[in-house]
Amino acid sequence: MQYSDDAVSLSRDEIASVQVGLLRETIARARRAPAYQDRLQGISPDDIRSPDDVRKLPFTSKEDLRAGMPCGFLAVPMRDVVRMHYSSGTTGLATAVYHTRDDLHRWAQCVARGMLAGGVTDEDVFQNMMGYGLFTGGLGFHYAGELIGCMTIPAGSGNTERQIHLMHTFGSSVLHIIPSYALRVLYVCDGEGIDPLRELSVRVIYVGGEPHSDQLCRRIEDGFGAKVHNCYGLSEMCGPGVAMECAAQQGLHVCEDHFLLEVLDPDSLEPVEPGEPGEIVLTTLRREAMPLIRYRTRDIAHVIPGDCPCGSRHVRVSRIEGRTDDMLVVKGVNVYPMQVERALLGIDEVGRNYVITLDRPADLDRMTIAVELTQQAFADDMRRLNALRERIRRRLHSELDIGVEVELHEPGALPVTEGKAVRVIDRRDQEK
Amino acid sequence: MTASDLLSKQVSVFLENKSGRLAEVCQALGRSEINIRALCIADTSDFGILRLIVDRPDEAVEVLQSAGFSVGSTGVLALRIPDRPGGLGEVLDRLQEVDVNVEYMYAFFITIAGDAVVLFKIDDAALDATLNVLDGAGIQVIPSDEVYRL
Repeated sequence: MQYSDDAVSLSRDEIASVQVGLLRETIARARRAPAYQDRLQGISPDDIRSPDDVRKLPFTSKEDLRAGMPCGFLAVPMRDVVRMHYSSGTTGLATAVYHTRDDLHRWAQCVARGMLAGGVTDEDVFQNMMGYGLFTGGLGFHYAGELIGCMTIPAGSGNTERQIHLMHTFGSSVLHIIPSYALRVLYVCDGEGIDPLRELSVRVIYVGGEPHSDQLCRRIEDGFGAKVHNCYGLSEMCGPGVAMECAAQQGLHVCEDHFLLEVLDPDSLEPVEPGEPGEIVLTTLRREAMPLIRYRTRDIAHVIPGDCPCGSRHVRVSRIEGRTDDMLVVKGVNVYPMQVERALLGIDEVGRNYVITLDRPADLDRMTIAVELTQQAFADDMRRLNALRERIRRRLHSELDIGVEVELHEPGALPVTEGKAVRVIDRRDQEK
Repeated sequence: MTASDLLSKQVSVFLENKSGRLAEVCQALGRSEINIRALCIADTSDFGILRLIVDRPDEAVEVLQSAGFSVGSTGVLALRIPDRPGGLGEVLDRLQEVDVNVEYMYAFFITIAGDAVVLFKIDDAALDATLNVLDGAGIQVIPSDEVYRL
């Protein structure tokens, strides 16, 4: 029997009343965690009459989680915990997240809801190309694939030749992959003379795990002849599956019966106008082992107003537009690395990887963007190469509002990380 | 003899400004016993184009591509030019008279019977006009198969 999910059809009113009930339960559960005992003092479940009343509750930050390591936020006896994950630690010390058996099941339901919304069925062969282990990307999707009834291939990340071999041999129709790695796979297919459009059967791709642009998704779609759906999550909430893009590809539906979303101005911590970008702040509604209240994700996105053609009334958020903490200030201008990516992906002569280097010769900020020239774009003509470099420079200038230097490199010369791509080298502080 | 017999195949390589990159090109060719007969480098602050005349250009392209370089090939004319003051100037004058633009040029290390061998990159569209004017001026173009054996 095909797996199904009733919560996807909840109306706005139903979602609100579900959230009020679950938020009250969450407060009661969270109190059992040492770190929340004091924070939640004086707050009664009766204070919660609408989802907006979450604003009466205190925030939780990554720093709080670190301070509470290892068990400060654990709200159940350790014997009820069946698994832990450890955050990837991109922004400092890693933190542990605990799960009960029910937490794991509900996590799989969240991801499965997103997969169903993207058209995945038990007929599909699902190749899960995310890292298994402490990182939540692999296991989070694994159990959802099995819940739906896909033949699930726990491929993990890396070993690109074998990944392509698996896709080819077993006719993988659904992938879950980090976007920069998807491009790497296409690159290797190209090198091995494999045409993904004719020789592979991929039709749906879930991407997540690192920030990326719409253009990057379109490139992956064109390369595989598949639809790319964005997936958002973070280990503190569970992992992937907090919000996923449906077949309409017009934003990511938050699983609102599992997570309560706020989008706040990161400075004033007041809600932004609907449609305005702000920091995603999430409250878990069903998590048992480690309920988190108003967790500040540092991810920037905006709510997409209006109703989604797919019929789901669960609120939609945009893809992540940046981080409150990866924003670069160059020559006094705020720059997100993703703007660079967006500008570069519009230029056919440029390959898939780039590295941003910031330095400060003569006390002036300098931003240098190293890009890879594609094989086809190489010309035995200095004027053409210089003209290309000038075109890239102008494009970046108009996108970023600051002048930049552009370096041309050979294909394959820049580092490709088969994981989170490191794209920014900031040497400015070292030069003081 | 057709124009294509007269165009020698120049191998060009995109070189990023990274120490050891030029040496790697030369080593890759050396391992395949391909001999470099002439070369020039055009460079900017961060990258350059290495242009090579070798004894086996098709093989050189393959060897360098499989070593991971961005490689192209371009037709150039190898001209015999009297090795004396003013020799090159006279040739350039002839080309100038018919508005042929030389995109770049560089010389072989060796001479043939007292003549220098200079390689010219001419706009493809101007090739026939160039060959005509050279023919009229008695300037010999060395056929490509001879160039590779020089």
